[in-house]
Amino acid sequence: MSVGTAPPLLVSEARSRRAPRSAPWRRAGWRAGGRLVLGVLIPVALALGWELAIRSGLAQGRLLPPPSRVLGTLLALAQSGDLGLHVQATLLRVALGFASGATAGILVGALTGTLPLGRHLLDPSLQALRAVPSLAWVPLFILWLGILETPKVVLIAVGVFFPVYIGVSGAIASVDRKLVEVGRIFRLSRPALAGRILLPAVLPGTVVALRTGLGLGFLFVVAAELMGASEGLGYLLVDGQQFGKPDQILAAILAFAGLGKLADGLLVLATRPLLRWQDVSRGVL
Amino acid sequence: MLTIQDLSKTYADGTQALAGLTLSLAPGEIVAVVGGSGCGKTTLLRLVAGLDTVTTGLIRLDGATIDGPHSGLGLVFQEPRLLPWLSIAENVGFGLAHRPAAERRTRVARALDRVGLTDHARRWPRELSGGQQQRVAIARAFVADPQVLLLDEPFSALDAVTREDLHRHLLTLWAETRPTIVLVTHDVAEAAALADRVVVMRPHPGCIHATIAIDAPRSGDAAGQLRTTGALRALLDQSLATVTRRPAPAL
Repeated sequence: MSVGTAPPLLVSEARSRRAPRSAPWRRAGWRAGGRLVLGVLIPVALALGWELAIRSGLAQGRLLPPPSRVLGTLLALAQSGDLGLHVQATLLRVALGFASGATAGILVGALTGTLPLGRHLLDPSLQALRAVPSLAWVPLFILWLGILETPKVVLIAVGVFFPVYIGVSGAIASVDRKLVEVGRIFRLSRPALAGRILLPAVLPGTVVALRTGLGLGFLFVVAAELMGASEGLGYLLVDGQQFGKPDQILAAILAFAGLGKLADGLLVLATRPLLRWQDVSRGVL
Repeated sequence: MLTIQDLSKTYADGTQALAGLTLSLAPGEIVAVVGGSGCGKTTLLRLVAGLDTVTTGLIRLDGATIDGPHSGLGLVFQEPRLLPWLSIAENVGFGLAHRPAAERRTRVARALDRVGLTDHARRWPRELSGGQQQRVAIARAFVADPQVLLLDEPFSALDAVTREDLHRHLLTLWAETRPTIVLVTHDVAEAAALADRVVVMRPHPGCIHATIAIDAPRSGDAAGQLRTTGALRALLDQSLATVTRRPAPAL
Protein backbone atom coordinates (compact mmCIF):
# COMPACT_ATOMS: atom_id res chain seq x y z
CA MET A 1 0.00 0.00 0.00
CA SER A 2 1.49 3.33 -0.99
CA VAL A 3 0.77 5.36 2.10
CA GLY A 4 3.16 8.10 1.04
CA THR A 5 1.00 9.48 -1.75
CA ALA A 6 -2.48 8.81 -0.35
CA PRO A 7 -4.27 11.71 1.31
CA PRO A 8 -4.61 11.22 5.08
CA LEU A 9 -8.34 10.52 4.88
CA LEU A 10 -7.78 7.46 2.71
CA VAL A 11 -5.13 6.13 5.03
CA SER A 12 -7.36 6.33 8.05
CA GLU A 13 -10.19 4.70 6.12
CA ALA A 14 -7.98 1.85 5.12
CA ARG A 15 -6.93 1.41 8.71
CA SER A 16 -10.44 1.44 10.08
CA ARG A 17 -11.57 -1.04 7.45
CA ARG A 18 -8.87 -3.45 8.45
CA ALA A 19 -9.05 -3.01 12.20
CA PRO A 20 -12.21 -4.83 13.34
CA ARG A 21 -11.24 -8.17 11.75
CA SER A 22 -9.59 -9.69 14.80
CA ALA A 23 -9.07 -8.79 18.42
CA PRO A 24 -5.79 -6.94 19.03
CA TRP A 25 -4.30 -9.65 21.23
CA ARG A 26 -4.92 -12.21 18.55
CA ARG A 27 -3.18 -10.13 15.94
CA ALA A 28 -0.24 -9.54 18.27
CA GLY A 29 -0.06 -13.29 18.89
CA TRP A 30 0.00 -14.01 15.17
CA ARG A 31 2.69 -11.41 14.62
CA ALA A 32 4.89 -12.87 17.37
CA GLY A 33 4.36 -16.37 15.99
CA GLY A 34 5.24 -15.22 12.49
CA ARG A 35 8.40 -13.61 13.76
CA LEU A 36 9.40 -16.82 15.52
CA VAL A 37 8.88 -18.84 12.32
CA LEU A 38 11.00 -16.36 10.34
CA GLY A 39 13.72 -16.46 12.96
CA VAL A 40 14.15 -20.25 12.94
CA LEU A 41 13.53 -20.70 9.21
CA ILE A 42 17.18 -20.58 8.09
CA PRO A 43 18.74 -22.82 10.78
CA VAL A 44 15.97 -25.41 10.44
CA ALA A 45 16.27 -25.43 6.65
CA LEU A 46 20.04 -25.87 6.84
CA ALA A 47 19.72 -28.68 9.38
CA LEU A 48 17.09 -30.51 7.31
CA GLY A 49 19.18 -30.08 4.16
CA TRP A 50 22.23 -31.59 5.85
CA GLU A 51 20.20 -34.45 7.29
CA LEU A 52 18.80 -35.24 3.83
CA ALA A 53 22.23 -34.97 2.21
CA ILE A 54 23.59 -37.61 4.57
CA ARG A 55 20.54 -39.88 4.46
CA SER A 56 20.64 -39.89 0.66
CA GLY A 57 24.35 -40.71 0.65
CA LEU A 58 25.44 -37.41 -0.89
CA ALA A 59 27.71 -36.75 2.09
CA GLN A 60 29.36 -38.97 4.67
CA GLY A 61 28.84 -36.93 7.80
CA ARG A 62 31.90 -38.29 9.57
CA LEU A 63 33.30 -34.85 10.48
CA LEU A 64 29.99 -33.02 10.36
CA PRO A 65 27.43 -35.42 11.81
CA PRO A 66 23.75 -35.04 10.91
CA PRO A 67 21.50 -33.07 13.25
CA SER A 68 19.73 -36.25 14.36
CA ARG A 69 23.01 -37.67 15.69
CA VAL A 70 23.96 -34.40 17.39
CA LEU A 71 20.57 -34.22 19.09
CA GLY A 72 20.89 -37.88 20.04
CA THR A 73 24.26 -37.20 21.69
CA LEU A 74 22.82 -34.19 23.50
CA LEU A 75 19.91 -36.29 24.72
CA ALA A 76 22.18 -39.09 25.86
CA LEU A 77 24.36 -36.61 27.74
CA ALA A 78 21.27 -35.16 29.35
CA GLN A 79 19.90 -38.56 30.35
CA SER A 80 23.16 -39.72 31.91
CA GLY A 81 23.21 -36.56 33.99
CA ASP A 82 26.56 -35.51 32.53
CA LEU A 83 25.09 -32.56 30.68
CA GLY A 84 23.57 -31.16 33.86
CA LEU A 85 26.93 -31.46 35.60
CA HIS A 86 28.82 -29.69 32.83
CA VAL A 87 26.19 -26.99 32.41
CA GLN A 88 26.20 -26.38 36.14
CA ALA A 89 29.98 -26.01 36.24
CA THR A 90 30.02 -23.60 33.29
CA LEU A 91 27.11 -21.53 34.56
CA LEU A 92 28.65 -21.22 38.01
CA ARG A 93 31.89 -19.88 36.51
CA VAL A 94 30.04 -17.41 34.26
CA ALA A 95 27.81 -16.30 37.12
CA LEU A 96 30.70 -15.67 39.52
CA GLY A 97 32.86 -14.00 36.88
CA PHE A 98 30.03 -11.91 35.48
CA ALA A 99 28.81 -10.81 38.91
CA SER A 100 32.23 -9.68 40.09
CA GLY A 101 33.33 -8.20 36.75
CA ALA A 102 30.06 -6.34 36.18
CA THR A 103 29.95 -5.01 39.75
CA ALA A 104 33.52 -3.73 39.47
CA GLY A 105 32.80 -2.26 36.03
CA ILE A 106 29.72 -0.40 37.29
CA LEU A 107 31.48 0.92 40.41
CA VAL A 108 34.65 2.06 38.64
CA GLY A 109 32.63 3.43 35.71
CA ALA A 110 30.47 5.44 38.11
CA LEU A 111 33.58 6.72 39.87
CA THR A 112 35.38 7.89 36.73
CA GLY A 113 32.14 9.12 35.18
CA THR A 114 31.18 11.41 38.05
CA LEU A 115 34.48 12.55 39.60
CA PRO A 116 36.97 14.33 37.32
CA LEU A 117 39.83 13.40 39.66
CA GLY A 118 38.92 9.73 39.44
CA ARG A 119 38.68 9.98 35.66
CA HIS A 120 42.08 11.62 35.22
CA LEU A 121 43.65 9.23 37.70
CA LEU A 122 42.20 5.91 36.51
CA ASP A 123 40.90 6.15 32.97
CA PRO A 124 44.26 6.32 31.12
CA SER A 125 45.56 3.22 32.92
CA LEU A 126 42.33 1.33 32.37
CA GLN A 127 42.30 2.23 28.68
CA ALA A 128 45.87 0.94 28.39
CA LEU A 129 44.96 -2.30 30.18
CA ARG A 130 41.95 -2.67 27.92
CA ALA A 131 44.28 -2.72 24.93
CA VAL A 132 45.80 -5.94 26.30
CA PRO A 133 43.90 -8.96 24.98
CA SER A 134 42.38 -10.53 28.08
CA LEU A 135 43.73 -13.95 27.11
CA ALA A 136 47.26 -12.58 27.45
CA TRP A 137 46.77 -12.61 31.21
CA VAL A 138 46.16 -16.34 31.29
CA PRO A 139 49.75 -17.47 31.95
CA LEU A 140 50.09 -14.92 34.72
CA PHE A 141 46.78 -15.90 36.32
CA ILE A 142 47.83 -19.54 36.26
CA LEU A 143 51.19 -18.70 37.87
CA TRP A 144 49.53 -16.59 40.53
CA LEU A 145 46.30 -18.42 41.18
CA GLY A 146 46.94 -22.02 40.24
CA ILE A 147 44.95 -24.06 37.75
CA LEU A 148 41.68 -24.59 39.56
CA GLU A 149 38.58 -22.41 39.66
CA THR A 150 40.06 -19.07 40.72
CA PRO A 151 42.00 -18.20 37.54
CA LYS A 152 38.99 -19.15 35.40
CA VAL A 153 36.62 -16.90 37.31
CA VAL A 154 39.17 -14.07 37.35
CA LEU A 155 39.67 -14.33 33.59
CA ILE A 156 35.91 -14.12 33.01
CA ALA A 157 35.64 -11.20 35.42
CA VAL A 158 38.40 -9.31 33.57
CA GLY A 159 36.68 -9.97 30.25
CA VAL A 160 33.35 -8.73 31.59
CA PHE A 161 34.80 -5.73 33.43
CA PHE A 162 36.03 -3.74 30.43
CA PRO A 163 32.89 -3.53 28.28
CA VAL A 164 30.79 -2.78 31.37
CA TYR A 165 33.25 -0.11 32.53
CA ILE A 166 33.40 1.53 29.09
CA GLY A 167 29.61 1.39 28.71
CA VAL A 168 28.81 2.83 32.14
CA SER A 169 31.40 5.61 32.12
CA GLY A 170 30.36 6.52 28.56
CA ALA A 171 26.68 6.58 29.54
CA ILE A 172 27.44 8.90 32.46
CA ALA A 173 29.56 11.18 30.29
CA SER A 174 26.72 11.53 27.78
CA VAL A 175 23.95 12.40 30.26
CA ASP A 176 22.09 15.41 28.87
CA ARG A 177 23.40 18.62 30.51
CA LYS A 178 19.91 20.07 30.04
CA LEU A 179 18.37 17.49 32.38
CA VAL A 180 21.14 18.05 34.94
CA GLU A 181 20.23 21.75 34.88
CA VAL A 182 16.64 20.86 35.77
CA GLY A 183 18.05 19.17 38.87
CA ARG A 184 20.14 22.23 39.66
CA ILE A 185 17.15 24.58 39.31
CA PHE A 186 15.30 22.47 41.89
CA ARG A 187 18.42 22.58 44.07
CA LEU A 188 19.00 18.85 44.30
CA SER A 189 21.91 17.81 46.50
CA ARG A 190 24.69 15.82 44.82
CA PRO A 191 23.35 12.46 46.04
CA ALA A 192 19.82 13.42 44.97
CA LEU A 193 21.10 14.52 41.57
CA ALA A 194 22.87 11.18 41.19
CA GLY A 195 19.85 9.17 42.29
CA ARG A 196 17.07 11.09 40.57
CA ILE A 197 18.72 12.17 37.32
CA LEU A 198 22.05 10.45 36.61
CA LEU A 199 21.00 6.92 37.60
CA PRO A 200 17.82 6.71 35.51
CA ALA A 201 19.55 8.45 32.61
CA VAL A 202 22.38 5.91 32.49
CA LEU A 203 20.19 2.81 32.94
CA PRO A 204 19.64 2.12 29.22
CA GLY A 205 23.36 2.37 28.46
CA THR A 206 24.15 0.21 31.48
CA VAL A 207 21.79 -2.54 30.36
CA VAL A 208 23.42 -2.61 26.92
CA ALA A 209 26.85 -2.75 28.59
CA LEU A 210 25.73 -5.62 30.83
CA ARG A 211 24.44 -7.57 27.84
CA THR A 212 27.75 -7.10 26.02
CA GLY A 213 29.55 -8.14 29.21
CA LEU A 214 27.44 -11.26 29.59
CA GLY A 215 28.19 -12.26 26.00
CA LEU A 216 31.90 -11.86 26.68
CA GLY A 217 31.48 -13.85 29.89
CA PHE A 218 30.42 -16.84 27.79
CA LEU A 219 33.30 -16.19 25.39
CA PHE A 220 35.83 -16.27 28.20
CA VAL A 221 34.35 -19.25 29.99
CA VAL A 222 35.10 -21.30 26.88
CA ALA A 223 38.64 -19.93 26.78
CA ALA A 224 39.08 -20.71 30.47
CA GLU A 225 37.72 -24.24 30.13
CA LEU A 226 39.81 -24.95 27.04
CA MET A 227 42.88 -24.14 29.16
CA GLY A 228 42.18 -27.18 31.24
CA ALA A 229 39.14 -28.29 33.12
CA SER A 230 37.66 -31.60 34.18
CA GLU A 231 34.09 -30.46 33.83
CA GLY A 232 32.13 -27.78 32.00
CA LEU A 233 30.87 -27.41 28.46
CA GLY A 234 34.36 -26.28 27.38
CA TYR A 235 35.69 -29.58 28.67
CA LEU A 236 33.18 -31.39 26.43
CA LEU A 237 34.65 -29.46 23.49
CA VAL A 238 38.25 -30.47 24.29
CA ASP A 239 37.22 -34.03 25.03
CA GLY A 240 35.33 -34.22 21.74
CA GLN A 241 38.36 -32.98 19.83
CA GLN A 242 40.82 -35.34 21.52
CA PHE A 243 38.66 -38.42 21.07
CA GLY A 244 37.34 -37.53 17.62
CA LYS A 245 33.70 -36.99 18.61
CA PRO A 246 32.38 -34.16 16.44
CA ASP A 247 28.81 -34.88 17.56
CA GLN A 248 29.81 -34.15 21.15
CA ILE A 249 31.50 -30.88 20.08
CA LEU A 250 28.35 -29.80 18.24
CA ALA A 251 26.18 -30.84 21.16
CA ALA A 252 28.26 -28.66 23.47
CA ILE A 253 28.06 -25.76 20.99
CA LEU A 254 24.26 -26.16 20.88
CA ALA A 255 24.18 -26.10 24.67
CA PHE A 256 26.27 -22.90 24.65
CA ALA A 257 23.91 -21.26 22.16
CA GLY A 258 20.90 -22.18 24.25
CA LEU A 259 22.44 -21.06 27.54
CA GLY A 260 23.76 -17.77 26.10
CA LYS A 261 20.43 -16.88 24.57
CA LEU A 262 18.59 -17.87 27.74
CA ALA A 263 20.88 -15.80 29.98
CA ASP A 264 20.60 -12.76 27.69
CA GLY A 265 16.82 -13.18 27.56
CA LEU A 266 16.62 -13.33 31.35
CA LEU A 267 18.75 -10.19 31.63
CA VAL A 268 16.50 -8.33 29.18
CA LEU A 269 13.40 -9.55 31.00
CA ALA A 270 14.76 -8.51 34.40
CA THR A 271 15.66 -5.01 33.23
CA ARG A 272 12.62 -4.32 31.06
CA PRO A 273 10.49 -2.80 33.86
CA LEU A 274 13.23 -0.21 34.41
CA LEU A 275 13.23 0.91 30.79
CA ARG A 276 9.51 1.06 29.99
CA TRP A 277 9.71 4.84 29.59
CA GLN A 278 12.14 4.73 26.69
CA ASP A 279 11.06 6.36 23.45
CA VAL A 280 12.35 3.65 21.14
CA SER A 281 11.70 3.10 17.47
CA ARG A 282 11.45 -0.65 17.90
CA GLY A 283 7.67 -0.84 17.73
CA VAL A 284 7.60 1.18 14.52
CA LEU A 285 10.36 -0.36 12.45
CA MET B 1 11.35 42.32 45.12
CA LEU B 2 13.98 41.30 42.59
CA THR B 3 16.74 43.82 41.94
CA ILE B 4 19.49 43.55 39.38
CA GLN B 5 22.30 46.07 39.83
CA ASP B 6 24.91 46.93 37.24
CA LEU B 7 25.07 43.34 36.03
CA SER B 8 27.86 42.30 33.66
CA LYS B 9 28.84 38.93 32.28
CA THR B 10 31.97 38.16 30.31
CA TYR B 11 32.44 34.56 29.18
CA ALA B 12 35.77 32.74 29.41
CA ASP B 13 36.38 33.30 25.69
CA GLY B 14 36.20 37.07 26.19
CA THR B 15 32.70 37.58 24.78
CA GLN B 16 30.92 40.28 26.74
CA ALA B 17 27.32 39.15 26.87
CA LEU B 18 25.96 41.74 29.31
CA ALA B 19 27.26 45.11 30.43
CA GLY B 20 25.91 47.27 33.22
CA LEU B 21 22.31 46.09 33.24
CA THR B 22 20.12 47.47 36.01
CA LEU B 23 16.48 46.48 36.51
CA SER B 24 14.13 46.03 39.40
CA LEU B 25 10.88 44.12 39.48
CA ALA B 26 7.97 44.58 41.88
CA PRO B 27 6.25 41.51 43.40
CA GLY B 28 3.60 40.14 41.05
CA GLU B 29 4.85 42.15 38.09
CA ILE B 30 5.12 40.53 34.67
CA VAL B 31 8.08 41.90 32.74
CA ALA B 32 8.84 40.81 29.20
CA VAL B 33 12.38 41.06 27.89
CA VAL B 34 12.61 41.32 24.11
CA GLY B 35 15.58 41.74 21.82
CA GLY B 36 17.34 40.32 18.80
CA SER B 37 19.34 37.14 19.05
CA GLY B 38 22.65 37.50 20.84
CA CYS B 39 21.56 40.45 22.97
CA GLY B 40 22.08 38.57 26.23
CA LYS B 41 18.44 37.74 27.07
CA THR B 42 19.14 34.11 27.89
CA THR B 43 22.38 35.03 29.68
CA LEU B 44 20.41 37.42 31.88
CA LEU B 45 17.93 34.69 32.78
CA ARG B 46 20.62 32.10 33.50
CA LEU B 47 22.40 34.56 35.80
CA VAL B 48 19.21 35.38 37.71
CA ALA B 49 18.41 31.64 37.94
CA GLY B 50 21.86 31.06 39.44
CA LEU B 51 22.90 28.61 36.70
CA ASP B 52 25.84 30.78 35.63
CA THR B 53 28.06 33.04 37.73
CA VAL B 54 27.97 36.81 37.58
CA THR B 55 31.16 38.61 36.43
CA THR B 56 30.36 41.90 38.17
CA GLY B 57 27.18 43.33 39.67
CA LEU B 58 24.56 42.07 42.06
CA ILE B 59 21.29 40.17 41.86
CA ARG B 60 19.15 40.29 44.98
CA LEU B 61 15.84 38.73 45.89
CA ASP B 62 14.30 40.48 48.92
CA GLY B 63 17.76 41.60 49.98
CA ALA B 64 19.44 38.19 49.71
CA THR B 65 22.19 37.94 47.10
CA ILE B 66 21.58 35.29 44.43
CA ASP B 67 24.73 33.29 43.68
CA GLY B 68 23.23 29.90 42.86
CA PRO B 69 19.84 28.25 42.35
CA HIS B 70 17.42 29.65 44.95
CA SER B 71 14.18 28.17 46.28
CA GLY B 72 12.36 31.42 45.52
CA LEU B 73 13.26 31.25 41.84
CA GLY B 74 11.77 28.98 39.19
CA LEU B 75 12.84 28.59 35.59
CA VAL B 76 11.00 27.32 32.52
CA PHE B 77 13.39 26.48 29.70
CA GLN B 78 12.96 26.95 26.00
CA GLU B 79 12.36 23.18 25.65
CA PRO B 80 10.15 21.29 28.13
CA ARG B 81 13.07 19.29 29.58
CA LEU B 82 10.76 16.76 31.19
CA LEU B 83 12.44 13.72 32.71
CA PRO B 84 11.51 10.93 30.30
CA TRP B 85 11.50 8.23 33.01
CA LEU B 86 8.89 9.98 35.17
CA SER B 87 5.16 10.08 34.50
CA ILE B 88 3.55 13.44 33.84
CA ALA B 89 2.35 13.71 37.45
CA GLU B 90 5.80 12.77 38.77
CA ASN B 91 7.38 15.39 36.51
CA VAL B 92 5.05 18.09 37.84
CA GLY B 93 5.86 17.06 41.41
CA PHE B 94 9.62 16.88 40.76
CA GLY B 95 10.44 19.92 42.90
CA LEU B 96 8.22 18.81 45.80
CA ALA B 97 10.16 15.71 46.87
CA HIS B 98 10.80 17.16 50.33
CA ARG B 99 7.09 17.79 51.01
CA PRO B 100 4.67 15.27 52.58
CA ALA B 101 3.11 12.90 50.05
CA ALA B 102 -0.46 14.06 50.64
CA GLU B 103 0.42 17.70 50.06
CA ARG B 104 2.41 16.73 46.99
CA ARG B 105 -0.55 14.87 45.55
CA THR B 106 -3.03 17.71 46.02
CA ARG B 107 -0.67 20.34 44.63
CA VAL B 108 0.21 18.24 41.59
CA ALA B 109 -3.45 17.47 40.96
CA ARG B 110 -4.36 21.16 41.15
CA ALA B 111 -1.56 22.23 38.82
CA LEU B 112 -2.46 19.51 36.30
CA ASP B 113 -6.05 20.68 36.43
CA ARG B 114 -5.00 24.28 35.74
CA VAL B 115 -3.08 23.27 32.63
CA GLY B 116 -5.84 20.88 31.54
CA LEU B 117 -3.78 17.69 31.68
CA THR B 118 -5.49 15.77 34.50
CA ASP B 119 -6.29 12.92 32.11
CA HIS B 120 -2.63 12.59 31.16
CA ALA B 121 -1.26 12.33 34.71
CA ARG B 122 -0.09 8.74 34.35
CA ARG B 123 1.32 8.99 30.84
CA TRP B 124 4.97 9.23 29.78
CA PRO B 125 6.28 12.55 28.46
CA ARG B 126 6.93 11.00 25.04
CA GLU B 127 3.20 10.39 24.64
CA LEU B 128 2.40 14.12 24.78
CA SER B 129 2.60 16.77 22.07
CA GLY B 130 5.16 19.57 22.26
CA GLY B 131 2.58 22.06 23.53
CA GLN B 132 1.32 19.63 26.18
CA GLN B 133 4.88 18.93 27.30
CA GLN B 134 5.56 22.64 27.69
CA ARG B 135 2.35 22.94 29.76
CA VAL B 136 3.74 20.24 32.04
CA ALA B 137 7.01 22.17 32.31
CA ILE B 138 5.14 25.34 33.28
CA ALA B 139 3.07 23.42 35.84
CA ARG B 140 6.28 21.92 37.26
CA ALA B 141 7.74 25.38 37.77
CA PHE B 142 4.57 26.81 39.35
CA VAL B 143 3.93 23.92 41.68
CA ALA B 144 7.11 24.71 43.64
CA ASP B 145 5.48 28.09 44.38
CA PRO B 146 8.37 30.42 43.45
CA GLN B 147 8.39 34.15 44.22
CA VAL B 148 9.96 34.80 40.84
CA LEU B 149 9.38 32.72 37.74
CA LEU B 150 11.78 33.04 34.83
CA LEU B 151 10.63 31.94 31.39
CA ASP B 152 13.17 31.55 28.60
CA GLU B 153 11.27 31.77 25.30
CA PRO B 154 9.04 28.92 26.45
CA PHE B 155 6.58 29.26 23.58
CA SER B 156 9.00 29.85 20.70
CA ALA B 157 8.83 26.31 19.34
CA LEU B 158 5.03 26.21 19.22
CA ASP B 159 2.49 27.19 16.57
CA ALA B 160 0.40 30.32 17.01
CA VAL B 161 -2.78 28.59 18.22
CA THR B 162 -0.95 26.46 20.78
CA ARG B 163 0.99 29.52 21.89
CA GLU B 164 -2.16 31.51 22.70
CA ASP B 165 -3.56 28.52 24.52
CA LEU B 166 -0.39 28.40 26.63
CA HIS B 167 -0.60 32.14 27.32
CA ARG B 168 -4.01 31.49 28.88
CA HIS B 169 -2.70 28.62 30.99
CA LEU B 170 0.24 30.74 32.12
CA LEU B 171 -2.04 33.58 33.23
CA THR B 172 -4.39 31.17 35.02
CA LEU B 173 -1.51 29.78 37.04
CA TRP B 174 -0.05 33.24 37.63
CA ALA B 175 -3.38 34.56 38.96
CA GLU B 176 -3.32 32.04 41.84
CA THR B 177 -0.07 32.98 43.55
CA ARG B 178 0.96 36.06 41.57
CA PRO B 179 4.68 35.49 41.36
CA THR B 180 6.94 38.01 39.63
CA ILE B 181 7.45 36.81 36.06
CA VAL B 182 10.37 37.55 33.77
CA LEU B 183 9.42 36.40 30.28
CA VAL B 184 12.19 36.39 27.70
CA THR B 185 10.79 36.34 24.19
CA HIS B 186 11.55 37.45 20.67
CA ASP B 187 7.85 37.82 19.90
CA VAL B 188 6.77 41.44 20.47
CA ALA B 189 3.07 40.55 20.19
CA GLU B 190 3.50 38.02 22.98
CA ALA B 191 5.24 40.66 25.11
CA ALA B 192 2.44 43.15 24.47
CA ALA B 193 -0.23 40.57 25.30
CA LEU B 194 1.22 39.36 28.59
CA ALA B 195 3.44 41.95 30.24
CA ASP B 196 2.99 44.95 32.54
CA ARG B 197 6.28 46.28 31.29
CA VAL B 198 8.50 45.45 28.35
CA VAL B 199 12.26 45.80 28.40
CA VAL B 200 13.88 46.09 24.97
CA MET B 201 17.52 44.97 24.90
CA ARG B 202 20.26 45.65 22.41
CA PRO B 203 23.35 43.55 21.67
CA HIS B 204 27.16 44.01 21.66
CA PRO B 205 27.27 44.10 24.60
CA GLY B 206 23.81 43.27 25.93
CA CYS B 207 22.13 46.13 27.77
CA ILE B 208 18.73 47.81 28.11
CA HIS B 209 17.77 49.91 25.11
CA ALA B 210 14.35 51.09 26.29
CA THR B 211 11.53 50.22 28.66
CA ILE B 212 7.83 50.56 27.91
CA ALA B 213 5.08 50.36 30.52
CA ILE B 214 1.81 48.93 29.23
CA ASP B 215 -1.26 50.92 30.28
CA ALA B 216 -3.93 48.28 30.49
CA PRO B 217 -2.05 44.99 30.54
CA ARG B 218 -3.86 41.76 29.65
CA SER B 219 -7.08 43.71 29.07
CA GLY B 220 -7.86 41.87 25.88
CA ASP B 221 -7.94 45.30 24.18
CA ALA B 222 -6.82 44.19 20.73
CA ALA B 223 -6.30 47.70 19.34
CA GLY B 224 -4.22 48.72 22.34
CA GLN B 225 -2.10 45.59 22.04
CA LEU B 226 -1.59 46.22 18.36
CA ARG B 227 -0.38 49.77 19.11
CA THR B 228 2.03 48.47 21.74
CA THR B 229 3.25 45.78 19.38
CA GLY B 230 3.94 48.42 16.73
CA ALA B 231 5.80 50.64 19.16
CA LEU B 232 7.85 47.68 20.38
CA ARG B 233 8.72 46.62 16.87
CA ALA B 234 9.94 50.13 16.08
CA LEU B 235 12.05 50.15 19.25
CA LEU B 236 13.47 46.74 18.46
CA ASP B 237 14.46 47.82 14.93
CA GLN B 238 16.06 50.90 16.42
CA SER B 239 17.94 48.84 19.01
CA LEU B 240 19.39 46.67 16.28
CA ALA B 241 20.24 49.66 14.08
CA THR B 242 22.26 51.35 16.85
CA VAL B 243 24.72 48.51 16.78
CA THR B 244 27.69 49.47 14.68
CA ARG B 245 28.01 46.60 12.27
CA ARG B 246 31.18 44.67 12.73
CA PRO B 247 32.31 41.22 11.65
CA ALA B 248 30.69 38.58 13.79
CA PRO B 249 33.17 36.74 16.02
CA ALA B 250 33.92 33.25 14.79
CA LEU B 251 31.98 30.68 16.81
